[in-house]
Amino acid sequence: MFMTKTILKNLLTKYATRLYPFHKRETFKHSKGELKIEMDKCILCGVCQMRCPSQCIKVDKQAKTWEVDPFACVYCGVCVDVCPVKCLYQESLYRTPLAEKDMVVHVQQPKESAEPAAT
Amino acid sequence: MAKTVLPFGPQHPVLPEPLHLTLTIEDEIVKEAIPKLGYVHRGLEKLAEIRDHNQMIYIVERVCGICSCMHALCYCQGIESLMGLEVPSRANYLRTIWAEMHRIHSHLLWLGLFADAFGFESLFMQFWRIRERVMDLQEETAGNRVILSVNQVGGVRRDISAESAQWILDTLKKVEKETLQLKSTILDDYTVKLRTVGKGVLTKEKAYELGAAGPTLRASGIAQDMRQTGYAAYSELDFAPVVETDGDCYARTVVRFNEVFQAIDLVRQAFSKLPEGELAVKPKGLPTGEVISRVEQPRGECLYYIRGAGKKFLERVRIRTPTFANIPPLLDMLPGCDLADVPVLILTIDPCISCTER
Repeated sequence: MFMTKTILKNLLTKYATRLYPFHKRETFKHSKGELKIEMDKCILCGVCQMRCPSQCIKVDKQAKTWEVDPFACVYCGVCVDVCPVKCLYQESLYRTPLAEKDMVVHVQQPKESAEPAAT
Repeated sequence: MAKTVLPFGPQHPVLPEPLHLTLTIEDEIVKEAIPKLGYVHRGLEKLAEIRDHNQMIYIVERVCGICSCMHALCYCQGIESLMGLEVPSRANYLRTIWAEMHRIHSHLLWLGLFADAFGFESLFMQFWRIRERVMDLQEETAGNRVILSVNQVGGVRRDISAESAQWILDTLKKVEKETLQLKSTILDDYTVKLRTVGKGVLTKEKAYELGAAGPTLRASGIAQDMRQTGYAAYSELDFAPVVETDGDCYARTVVRFNEVFQAIDLVRQAFSKLPEGELAVKPKGLPTGEVISRVEQPRGECLYYIRGAGKKFLERVRIRTPTFANIPPLLDMLPGCDLADVPVLILTIDPCISCTER
């Protein structure tokens, strides 16, 4: 009896859920999503590697590589906060699912104009 | 009829998390209950030895999936007192706001799960729909829906802008209105009352003796709330613990239902008094000494024991979660109840088993 009002209201209003593939949820501006890097700005200092709580980032100064294990990343955003040159950023959406586990490797090119290579 | 031993859990439709109870029943009446824990032990305390004290913030946040913000708050408070840091006032208020938003969403989640435990599925969905609004608030302000990662040693990592604050207040008004509409359904409904009133009575003396915590304790008539100790910004806010005296399942529902409104009120108060200023102070030195830090989580009092020896890594982190304190009272409630009431009784202590086992 107490629910009658709620039931009637629910019948007359639109769905509480979305018809997902056709209607996607808008993300918030500051949502913490996939971790990205602007490799040409990176100075390979390794602070992100030291501060990451899940230790998913590996920085190699000799080989000039920056690697992230996207499956271990916990989206806390500490690396973004501590980066001294602000070359790390987070997209507002989560990473899309993948069938196989893989590391995301970025190699810094010797010249600044070169593009970062992602595998 | 002879005694029958019935294993309850660890997998059971009513249990969100694995708790095993060996029930001895006689004519469908529970005579004895023996718990068994340890199905989701993850060894998070041990991780303190290989992760430094800053990384530990994000690890203790993952102790619980519902009150993550409060775990980080409790841990940060402990480290701050070891380092002798004074947290800026604005950071304290923002911590309070996030903690109270967590309490709202946790209690709405529980009210939904509780409705589901006695078979009222449409009420469950109503509560969870309201909860979704709070989850949006958290995502907008902190970046994540559940694991907020906003606390850091010395303050907070994010600010809440004036526009966001207005949006939060507007949304909370809707949350308050919609929750109030469900009040008569969860508290006055004849069938719901049959399942809750007089079931699982925990007397005031027993609750005190067995060390119950949180709403379980307050529903038995003891006005004890860790927020009264005045951590974060609570000392400057005006509130009184929500207390009921019956100590049954119904009283525990009433306490949690009213705490939703109390939390909304606290968020409003915090926003009205929110001072300007810095978000964090820079920590200096390393944690040395030992400390006990306490906060009030949605489920009750959470206690952290932290010992540091002036190194990057802490010597010991010990976490006592509210569910651990509420298991002895549950074992006191169970003997004498109907087998059909066991799921309802377990749910009324708001069990969070992965918290308990860490």
